[in-house]
Amino acid sequence: MATQILMPALSPTMEEGTLSKWLVKEGDTVTSGQILAEIETDKATMEFEAVDEGTVGKILVPEGSEGIKVNTPIAVLLGEGEDASAAESAAAAPAPAAEKAEEAPKPEAPIAAQPAAAVAEPVAQEPDVPEGTTFKTQTMREALRDAMAEEMRRDGDVFLMGEEVGEYQGAYKISQGLLDEFGPKRVIDTPITEHGFTGIAVGAAFAGLRPIVEFMTFNFALQAIDHIINSAAKTLYMSGGQMGCPIVFRGPNGAAARVAAQHSHDFAALYANIPGLRVVMPYTAADAKGLLKSAIRDANPVIFLENEILYGRSFEVPELDDFTIPFGKAKIARPGKDVTIVSFGIGMNYALQAAEELAKEGVEAEVIDLRTLRPMDTATVIASVRKTNRCVTVEEGFPQGSIGNYVSATIMQEAFDYLDAPVINCAGKDVPMPYAANLEKLALVTTAEVIAAVKSVTYR
Amino acid sequence: MATTRRASAKPNASKEELLAYYRDMLLIRRFEEKAGQLYGMGLIGGFCHLYIGQEAVVVGLEAATKEGDQRVTSYRDHGHMLACGMDPKGVMAELTGREGGYSRGKGGSMHMFSSEKKFYGGHGIVGAQVPIGAGLAFANWYRGNDNVSFAYFGDGAANQGQVYETFNIASLWKLPCVFVIENNQYAMGTSMKRASSTPALFTRGEAFGIPGEAVDGMDVLAVKAAAEKAIGHCRAGEGPYILEMNTYRYRGHSMSDPAKYRTREEVQKMREERDPIDHVRDMLVAGELATEDELKAVDRDIKAVVNEAAQFAQDSPEPAEAELWTDVYA
Repeated sequence: MATQILMPALSPTMEEGTLSKWLVKEGDTVTSGQILAEIETDKATMEFEAVDEGTVGKILVPEGSEGIKVNTPIAVLLGEGEDASAAESAAAAPAPAAEKAEEAPKPEAPIAAQPAAAVAEPVAQEPDVPEGTTFKTQTMREALRDAMAEEMRRDGDVFLMGEEVGEYQGAYKISQGLLDEFGPKRVIDTPITEHGFTGIAVGAAFAGLRPIVEFMTFNFALQAIDHIINSAAKTLYMSGGQMGCPIVFRGPNGAAARVAAQHSHDFAALYANIPGLRVVMPYTAADAKGLLKSAIRDANPVIFLENEILYGRSFEVPELDDFTIPFGKAKIARPGKDVTIVSFGIGMNYALQAAEELAKEGVEAEVIDLRTLRPMDTATVIASVRKTNRCVTVEEGFPQGSIGNYVSATIMQEAFDYLDAPVINCAGKDVPMPYAANLEKLALVTTAEVIAAVKSVTYR
Repeated sequence: MATTRRASAKPNASKEELLAYYRDMLLIRRFEEKAGQLYGMGLIGGFCHLYIGQEAVVVGLEAATKEGDQRVTSYRDHGHMLACGMDPKGVMAELTGREGGYSRGKGGSMHMFSSEKKFYGGHGIVGAQVPIGAGLAFANWYRGNDNVSFAYFGDGAANQGQVYETFNIASLWKLPCVFVIENNQYAMGTSMKRASSTPALFTRGEAFGIPGEAVDGMDVLAVKAAAEKAIGHCRAGEGPYILEMNTYRYRGHSMSDPAKYRTREEVQKMREERDPIDHVRDMLVAGELATEDELKAVDRDIKAVVNEAAQFAQDSPEPAEAELWTDVYA
């Protein structure tokens, strides 16, 4: 019986890809394991192998096609004794797998569904760029790479080290091209030994170099957390200001998609607890670029928390020769008067979606993107709450000891009399991240929860 | 432990050299005795780990270093600071938690640093200084200079996982780092026998292709000779080197250690037969290189330096309250 060959998902966060090349043509006999095509994801170009034996009856998607959704039929494979007419009917038939995919939980987290070259986020308010600045559409991934490349060009003491940052071009392709430009002395592949190489990077920073340490994900940084906290964060203080640690620890943080408990932890609140660290968690590519450049120049250890799901998202990035954003400045991403929604990083996704929905019902939410968690711009939050008298916080991290808890306490101390309702913290659920798609969805904060929280504090 | 000392061998060192070792080791000994005293008086608080007995290790190694070389060690760090030329007044005032201390009173015994002397701490987490030491060596490699870094750690730290992660990387990247294992036989109260599956710590780098050797850490000349060899290896771009210094601490792990894990006799025997300072003194006297009077003059000088440090450490005011909030960020 003729079978459809479907566009494969080749990474946890892949939604679609480019069918860059067919390695077989119609009429070819293929065997199991034979490479059929090359498929380009947002991270890499991958070879795609045949599972079944048969003859290629019909190629449904020509090579060079972009934006092919996962599970789209791309070819028809004929079994023994079948002819081309079987291919025609199989091609015409609705793809059962593809149909199923519509209902099945997507392989991504609920908010991941943004194609790599999606329509750029609207520029609500860019307080950090001069008037008349032009913008270009860039993915978060490209913005992060450009930030590192610009700073490495600027200062020979800046170097990048981590697992697969060099020859592999980055596990998430953030360091793509850097090895070619800067060579192996400044783009350094390490063994898989976080504790060891983090300590080495800290020592290099003590000696005055400016390391950027890429953790393949921040989950693995737990192996190195002693050096981040005890060695990097505390030495300036312990040395009476004599010896600091100018270093950036960066990498994806928080839930990706279906990678379960040990790979889905949001560490924002944990690091934000530590004096001596600066903690940055950008949402847009522009903020990521400006803040990463500031982080590399900063004389302190900086925890720079990225998000795998946002890597492929496109945003408007200012075209400036040297675009930096100072730490400790929140951004009003969307002005409003009825309620303040405070978020950061990927939490902004829920916050902005909720604000969009609420606007349809006549509730104007002011959405604040904290951008840096330490130092935290609570003044902007307080000013907003004094205007709106209501606040909801949004983050993916665990609820106890969360960023939202801290924001709430600050509001209570500094704007208690302005509150017309208790502050509600929307956070990830108080459980390790489950693997099952439906449970994962439940564990993460949702836009619906944010909307419900806003309705609760506005008594609607 | 190291073998019995070759007592009568003619010292392979000049009078000046031996006198310098004598002076440097005696400074550490008297300084630590004074620190112990001040601790007893309640002037020094918290943890205080004395280096008494191990003086030959750091003095012999420092004698082989050159300008620009870096060092980093554990919490038993007073001797290292004095040996690399840090001011005894600043060290003692840090022990008393005063403004005149190297960290202005904010670090204490375990956390002192000197950018000027290239002393990178003073680390309180067992073994954490080892990758940091390799990181200092990395900076030398990155900058293309021929300086070497010294990562000191104890027999206890030698069982930490990060030490082996560091050995692997240091060897892979040929980092100019001398790993100095100060084997004083006891990790706090646990003897080597009870903690190490293999006793020869200098062989712990074999799996990574790092050469190592055991050294009589109670003999300053043996230490210096071994250090020169190790340093030569590193400066030549051959990668790291391991020196296992067999030594002994006379005092407890910290001031609050009742030392029930070893006998009084064991300590006494070591003091009588293997003391590193007596050893140099004997060489000076037996070789007729110095008179008793000359040595007494040194003793007097050292006493004065230590008393001055102790006085300074008591006279220096406590840090201003505003210091609580400074130096969190650069």
